[in-house]
Amino acid sequence: MISDIRRSLPRGAWWVLNLALTVLFLSPLVVMLSMAFKSKGDQGHIPPTLLPAHPTLASFRRLTSVQGLNIFHNLLNSVMVSLSATLLVVLFASMAGYGIARTKFPGAGAVFFIALASFMIPFQAILTPLYMLLKTMGLNNSLVGLTLVYITFNLPFALFIMRNAFASVPTTLEEAARVDGCGTIRAIVQIMLPIVKPGLITAGLMAFFSTWNEFFAALILVTSQEKFTLPVTLTMVASGSFGQIDWGSLQAGVALTIIPCIVVYLLLQRYYVSGMLSGALK
Amino acid sequence: MSTSTASLNQKPLARGIRSTRGTGLSTQRKILGALFALPTVVMIATFFLVPLGMTFWMSFNRWPLLGKHKWIGLENYSTALSDSNFLQALKFTLEYTVIITPILLVFGFGLAVLVRRGDRPARFFQSVYFMPVAIGLASASFLWLFMTQSQIGPLWDLMRRIGLISATSNLFAGHWSSLMVVNAMVTWKVVGLQMLLLLSGLQSIPDEVSEAARVDGASGWQRLWYITVPLLRPTLALVLVFSVAGSLLAFDQFYIMTSGGPSNSTITAVYAIYRNSFIQFKLGYGAALSVLLMVILAIVSAIQMLLLRNTDHT
Repeated sequence: MISDIRRSLPRGAWWVLNLALTVLFLSPLVVMLSMAFKSKGDQGHIPPTLLPAHPTLASFRRLTSVQGLNIFHNLLNSVMVSLSATLLVVLFASMAGYGIARTKFPGAGAVFFIALASFMIPFQAILTPLYMLLKTMGLNNSLVGLTLVYITFNLPFALFIMRNAFASVPTTLEEAARVDGCGTIRAIVQIMLPIVKPGLITAGLMAFFSTWNEFFAALILVTSQEKFTLPVTLTMVASGSFGQIDWGSLQAGVALTIIPCIVVYLLLQRYYVSGMLSGALK
Repeated sequence: MSTSTASLNQKPLARGIRSTRGTGLSTQRKILGALFALPTVVMIATFFLVPLGMTFWMSFNRWPLLGKHKWIGLENYSTALSDSNFLQALKFTLEYTVIITPILLVFGFGLAVLVRRGDRPARFFQSVYFMPVAIGLASASFLWLFMTQSQIGPLWDLMRRIGLISATSNLFAGHWSSLMVVNAMVTWKVVGLQMLLLLSGLQSIPDEVSEAARVDGASGWQRLWYITVPLLRPTLALVLVFSVAGSLLAFDQFYIMTSGGPSNSTITAVYAIYRNSFIQFKLGYGAALSVLLMVILAIVSAIQMLLLRNTDHT
């Protein structure tokens, strides 16, 4: 079938089709960048122009001053929450992954099973009690509370990756290190970690993307504007002031949110693809 | 003589040392392993298992934000089953799922076939189609919200130029046009994942199988239906379960792009839970709706698994 399509679809048509699809897939990003860099007059132009006549940073500047908003503050919130959640997810998942795969402590199987079973439960369904729980702990409307929730949501998948990564390292390697007088911790750090590095990157990458882009929990668990992460901040911009929506600033904000994702994706594509595949095939 | 006794004496001694050291070491290692797992266990117990248990507990209570909660048994559930807003939300969620899932499957399969060649240009196009997957659903929604705005939106303008819509139309004023805008955005944003999964399925089917059928005189469509699709069944099942689960839990795209409108016709199940729990602060009722959603999700996933497994024998 595939070879048939390949035969019936000459190389030229294949190129035309793919190039057309590429334009289709990339055009929203062009629209975003173009709008973000247009001047105020350009932005309201009807019909809309394709490219900015006079590229300017004015839309980005307005994001730092309108409605008591300073988007760089929110950008910093996003960076802090997603980086700390990512680091802790990778740390906790590697520790637990090693423990489960390598030491077979009693209950190791149960821990792994419960973590895997939690894939089945959508986090949207437990957000109502989670909100109450954080309130009781005094962590409502707090970036620390949000980070803790993000760590938990991302741990099961990272644990799955890291357990498998550690399980696939030959036992003899660690034993040899120990015979050579390496302590367990040193054996892990110097011998094991370099081997499980692809797993570490994949687990970290998946955690970063999911926390950086997360919207629903952030919308519910954080209530004051100066603590918003970027995706929720965009709702503020989109709600406008005095019935007027500043579409240029909204696209500038969207660009700030999207560009880091694209850059990280382009740099670490291989790991991201393998993470998505193992996430689905788990 | 002396050497042999020495070695005879040494052997059990050495074994004894090694075995005590061995158990000591392995117990020590087990303790270390358990300690290593502790942070993960504490996190999952506190922020996953406890709230999961609380969802069930809260669902049997009237639970306002302030003030005392009160045990009311199954009242929240009986209210839910006659709550026209919630039933309408379920119906819409189902409608959305039934429409978006085949779109994603068909387009994902088409893209997978296109990039299956696997040479350099094909890999380039593959990474272009997969790129929007890395973008957040919320930011993608804000981007498409602008693109489809009346007058100023470039996509709206393009649609008007080619005569799809009139110069005064507002895409978010109608139920169907709102839904189609969201469908277009979601397809752009996630179809790369379907492509990737189906591609990995396609690559596991040897070319020879299809080739043999072609030699035997099977047409392209016959081979697609009788050879590729059955061999691809496990992957198709996976993609199906993924898309369906994702769509049943939809929230961001409707909250941002349609705000549930026009006239509440695009409120999804999660959106209804959000409104009850966090706008009206009926937390117990929101918890009951969450339990119902979990049950529905489990049933739907189980049905898909069963259907796709059973047809194996036909």
